[in-house]
Amino acid sequence: MKLNTLILSLCGASAFAFAAHAQSITIATVNNGDMIRMQKLTDDFTAKNPDIQLNWVTLEENVLRERVTTDIATKGGQYDVMTIGTYEVPIWAKQNWLLPLDNLGADYDVDDIIPAIRGGLSADGKLYAAPFYGESSFIMYRTDLMEKAGLTMPDAPTWEFVADAARKMTDRANDINGICLRGKAGWGENMAFLTATSNSFGARWFDEQWKPQFDQPEWKQTLEFYVNLMKDAGPAGASSNGFNENLALFQQGKCGMWIDATVAASFVSNPKDSTVADKVGYALAPDNGLGKRGNWLWAWSLAIPAGTQKAEAAQKFVAWATSKAYLDLVASKEGWANVPPGTRTSLYNNPEYQKAAPFAKMTLDSINAADPTNPTVKPVPYTGVQFVAIPEFQGLGTTVGQLFSAALAGQMLVDDALKQAQDAATATMQEGGYIQ
Amino acid sequence: MARSVTTGHKAIATAGAWIVALLIFFPILYTIITSFKSETEAIAGFDLIPSFTTESYAEVQSQYNYFKPFLNSVLLSVGSTVIALAIAIPAAWSMAFSPTRRTKDILMWMLSTKMMPAVAVLFPMYIIFRDLGLLDSRIGLMIMLTMINLPIVVWMLYTYFREIPGEILEAARMDGASLWNEIVYVLTPMAVPGIASTMLLNIILAWNEAFWTIRLTTTDAAPLTAFISSFSSPQGLFWAKLSAASTLAIAPILIMGWFSQKQLVRGLTFGAVK
Repeated sequence: MKLNTLILSLCGASAFAFAAHAQSITIATVNNGDMIRMQKLTDDFTAKNPDIQLNWVTLEENVLRERVTTDIATKGGQYDVMTIGTYEVPIWAKQNWLLPLDNLGADYDVDDIIPAIRGGLSADGKLYAAPFYGESSFIMYRTDLMEKAGLTMPDAPTWEFVADAARKMTDRANDINGICLRGKAGWGENMAFLTATSNSFGARWFDEQWKPQFDQPEWKQTLEFYVNLMKDAGPAGASSNGFNENLALFQQGKCGMWIDATVAASFVSNPKDSTVADKVGYALAPDNGLGKRGNWLWAWSLAIPAGTQKAEAAQKFVAWATSKAYLDLVASKEGWANVPPGTRTSLYNNPEYQKAAPFAKMTLDSINAADPTNPTVKPVPYTGVQFVAIPEFQGLGTTVGQLFSAALAGQMLVDDALKQAQDAATATMQEGGYIQ
Repeated sequence: MARSVTTGHKAIATAGAWIVALLIFFPILYTIITSFKSETEAIAGFDLIPSFTTESYAEVQSQYNYFKPFLNSVLLSVGSTVIALAIAIPAAWSMAFSPTRRTKDILMWMLSTKMMPAVAVLFPMYIIFRDLGLLDSRIGLMIMLTMINLPIVVWMLYTYFREIPGEILEAARMDGASLWNEIVYVLTPMAVPGIASTMLLNIILAWNEAFWTIRLTTTDAAPLTAFISSFSSPQGLFWAKLSAASTLAIAPILIMGWFSQKQLVRGLTFGAVK
């Protein structure tokens, strides 16, 4: 009886001691396949770190952005780890809102992070967020329709070739559109695609003195090319289509080509969801011979807000979730095809991954082709390939996106859309004090 | 002849009511239908016949625990309603039976707080909640929901109390009833239907409130609105899963509304026809 009492007391005391010592960290994230998979695999982390408990907050992308911005700006301290993108990192790092990730452990191998991605997540040479998955954009095309059109897709096509192929592949009677591109208004929707495309046409958002450039011929060429191409070879109602809508169209066999995030390759080549899984080829985003391709660079990354009281535990988690060991863990549990892509060079040197992901090489080439510090042909005062890393861009990008979406829908002339975009950008830059 | 015209009018009115009711209910119906589609079907276009798969419900259940946000929704909506009624009943009674020169102005001022967009005060409220340690707390959110719905509750009760003839209360006083007896034995029995309908409407409003409940919570106090929000995906199809989560979230309040529709209609239309 006495022994039982003693054992029970010891158990109780140890449980109490553990509870007192254990700390929980709260992680804010978006809902996508890779993030949900990570949540299911966190037993591995808690087994290695029994003193750290994980709380997840999953939110819609725009709500997440608004919530974490509110929390970090007011030092609310609700989150210990935040999922943010390459747009936020340089801006927030400059505001001292993020902790530099300089304690990720000896075996983390920070040099293995793909240089373009690492550059996009660093400020003043310090890494402020660790990439969980990275992406660029490239062309996904139907090999059978390309062959039927009598064409062969080069690995690095021009816009001229893509436009010609799109028009030849279009078969309205059979509900096949030569090309599916983003049209839904939003700085992260149509403006991600159009800004990246405009880089390959030599356009830029601002000159070196922050003067808006929508009144320059390069933007007119970009927008006219896009609107005409979509009129001739795009799907009906394209001005409402974003990533998910085009994904559905491509999976249903209604697109000859789709230029979008490299992460889509795993969706369109998955026979469970895609009717054209065995007929998909990949190529680099097109160019116009000016030295820049129309591809972007993005990474959903894990960062630690400066206001957290649990920085050490948060760094442990970030190191675990973005490590090489995590990639191995996913591969062992769910196969190499499900490993989060676009973060580590070693993954692309892995023969097993190359075998499981036929789009691996093209993904890496696309990521390497993007340069966030030198995004377009002419010099610019900003960083970011498909965005401009200034706080004003979210609002301005969405306003311009609405104008360009209206031009695509035929509700506005291209010239009018560009004129209004120039006016909106000028007003925003004046209000922000960038120009007089 | 007169009888047939009346019947014809009734038939038209009934058909019109059904059409309006279906139009209003259709988004909810389509959400339920979509929840039984596959993700590819859900985004493919308008189709009223689903493949009747329950895979979205299974995925929703496997990803998140439904019970915790459900419990939070119940506690927040009921708790905020109780607090709102405790404040609003005396306030509405006072304004209805002892009005002053400023009563109308006060009522208008209370209503005017509903005209301000919530986002305009997001940062100040967030900072206040942070400083009071109320972020992600049920009590903080109950207070917020009470404040949001209080003007409507006061207005509804005020309108209801105004319909109670003052002469009945005077008669009670002449019979020697104290203020307490007057409220408990005369006013309350007559006001119960109005209080009940106000309570039901307030529960529905609190249950569906999404702006503050998403922005002031993280894990502990997050209700079903946050649960729904978590299923929207930037890259990947999610309409069917989102619909399944929405159906699970609205089911309890739909069922409650169905059983209490008589009281709700009575409360909402009270005083409309005299």
